[in-house]
Amino acid sequence: MNHLDLLTFARGSALNWALIIFAAGVVLRLFEILGLGRKADLAKPRLNSPGSGWRTIFTRTLPPEGMLKRDPVTYIGGYVFHFGLFIAMFFFAPHIEFFRSMTGLSWAGLPNALVDASVVAAIVALGVLLAHRLNNRVKRMLSGFGDYLAWAVTLLPLLTGYLAYHHLFVEYTLMLALHLFSVELLLVLLPFTKLFHTFSVFISRWYNGDIFGRKGVAS
Amino acid sequence: MSATLSKGINSFKEMIDAPVASFFSSCVHCGLCAEACLFYTETGDPKYTPIHKLEPLRRVWQQEYTLLGKLGKLLGLSKPVTDAELEEWKPLVYDSCTMCSRCAMVCPVGNDMTYMIRKMREGMAASGHAPKDLIGASTRSVEIGSPMGIRLPAVKAQMKHVQDDTGIDIPLDRVGSEYMVLMSSMEIINFPEYLAAIARIMKQAGKTWTLCSEAFEATNSGIQIGASDIAKVLVQRVVDGAEKLKVKTVISPECGHAFTALRWEGPNLIGRAYTFEVQHILEVLDEFRSAGLLKTTGFEEARLTFHDPCQIVRRGGLLAQPRNLLNMVAKNFVDTADRGKMNWCCGGGGGVSAIEEAEPLRLQAFKVKKAQLEETGAKTLVTACANCRIVLEEGLEHYHMNIPVMGLTELIAEHLTEGE
Repeated sequence: MNHLDLLTFARGSALNWALIIFAAGVVLRLFEILGLGRKADLAKPRLNSPGSGWRTIFTRTLPPEGMLKRDPVTYIGGYVFHFGLFIAMFFFAPHIEFFRSMTGLSWAGLPNALVDASVVAAIVALGVLLAHRLNNRVKRMLSGFGDYLAWAVTLLPLLTGYLAYHHLFVEYTLMLALHLFSVELLLVLLPFTKLFHTFSVFISRWYNGDIFGRKGVAS
Repeated sequence: MSATLSKGINSFKEMIDAPVASFFSSCVHCGLCAEACLFYTETGDPKYTPIHKLEPLRRVWQQEYTLLGKLGKLLGLSKPVTDAELEEWKPLVYDSCTMCSRCAMVCPVGNDMTYMIRKMREGMAASGHAPKDLIGASTRSVEIGSPMGIRLPAVKAQMKHVQDDTGIDIPLDRVGSEYMVLMSSMEIINFPEYLAAIARIMKQAGKTWTLCSEAFEATNSGIQIGASDIAKVLVQRVVDGAEKLKVKTVISPECGHAFTALRWEGPNLIGRAYTFEVQHILEVLDEFRSAGLLKTTGFEEARLTFHDPCQIVRRGGLLAQPRNLLNMVAKNFVDTADRGKMNWCCGGGGGVSAIEEAEPLRLQAFKVKKAQLEETGAKTLVTACANCRIVLEEGLEHYHMNIPVMGLTELIAEHLTEGE
């Protein structure tokens, strides 16, 4: 199999299978969570609670007063990584073209230099966050195989994408195929690792906001 | 598997619902919850990380309610929860969690660890891994009527004492009163000034009120130990008393968890909505204030600060009321830097103050309160929970800090305009 065949496979059946597993996995995991349901709360809520779940989905993105100082590496590293990844994923012109071919939807991209900088920032942030995970006693205690696996499969698409864009290390077609494989690995693992927070964070934040909102506390 | 362990695991399984599953699914092991927990910040020991305290519950969730976990269990790859592990977790689930919910305010993915600890304690109690002091308190609550073993004659003695002191009649079992007043054991034993304050405030406001001989105790050991059956019996007493006396409102005293038990858990425990309202005493006082029924004279001159009781403020929603009331009687009120819903716990909530072996850790965790208080330079500390108050007093004494602690209701009563 030559590099082009590999790329064709990566773009073809490999991608299809990855997307199927990803979609089925996400649906399964959402069902596993929401299917458990919760009992209706019979306590009369305070009047000022409507919409609190939705509000918390947004407000919880910002650090509560005093927390940024307590662990700036996690907060700043977290922001830089998430923003960098988001920009690379959705605002790199070839990616938009890919989404257009899949869904018919397209939008304006950002200049390549900006996307490139975002990717570098995200990669650096991932490195810093890994070092922090290894050095911080709490994080180290909480971390297991799943945490390091999630870190690695998140790094790979960023790294291979960067190398492919800059034509580094290996021949471009091969690197592009590797980039696609790394994305496919991420798609397959996402529903079954902590990376599922991509979806479940909206549910957990909503519940938090709802639970506290019923008591009259903006959380 | 022992019969008690399987009871505990079954209880865990019963307790796991969609919020719990979403919380465990979302956790990215960032460790920020540790930074919000006084047991971690004051000891530096990572085992006090809130989400870590839930590890056995998390594994039951994973093994029972996720496809991968079920597969792992089938293939014998997963680590089962054992009695030894639950025993090891006992100090994490009870001694070092006051259910204060500060961690739930900071978790970036929105996990409510207290919601889960409350559920986890059900399985801990069912499997025989609850602290003996909480078992004792719960037994006394069910058998005698109060966790501290107080019976009606003790309440009557205090009523008489307050009656003699204030010259105000203390009503008992008066049908059709607007308010039914509850007390905590701590108030009956240690802080009789609470009942005296209520009597004077109600007199000034011109409201009818009563104590109830069958339901005078507001505290609820059941929700601390994690035994909903016990919690239900204790709430039912209050409900029966309130419905028998046909009161409009039951007043939860200056006690944190009593408010959580009565206001938020109660209807769910008994399986129906109440036919009456439940209000915390500070809510009642603030309503009196805005209706012009609370008239005070003079101001406290000393610099004073307020300790927000977790269950009343962060988990109870009374953010504005304490400050409205304090500003009526204090000229020199200063808030702590972390205040309101971000205040630090006294370290003794959630049953912790009742657990004897937890005391050294509790006093160590108190350093955060010490620092908060020192920063304000306050000469008096006001709070609105009798348990916080006793824990604060003990902590201040331990650290040789000469700061008196008082209840807000009592402070308001001291400034009531007399002769009206």
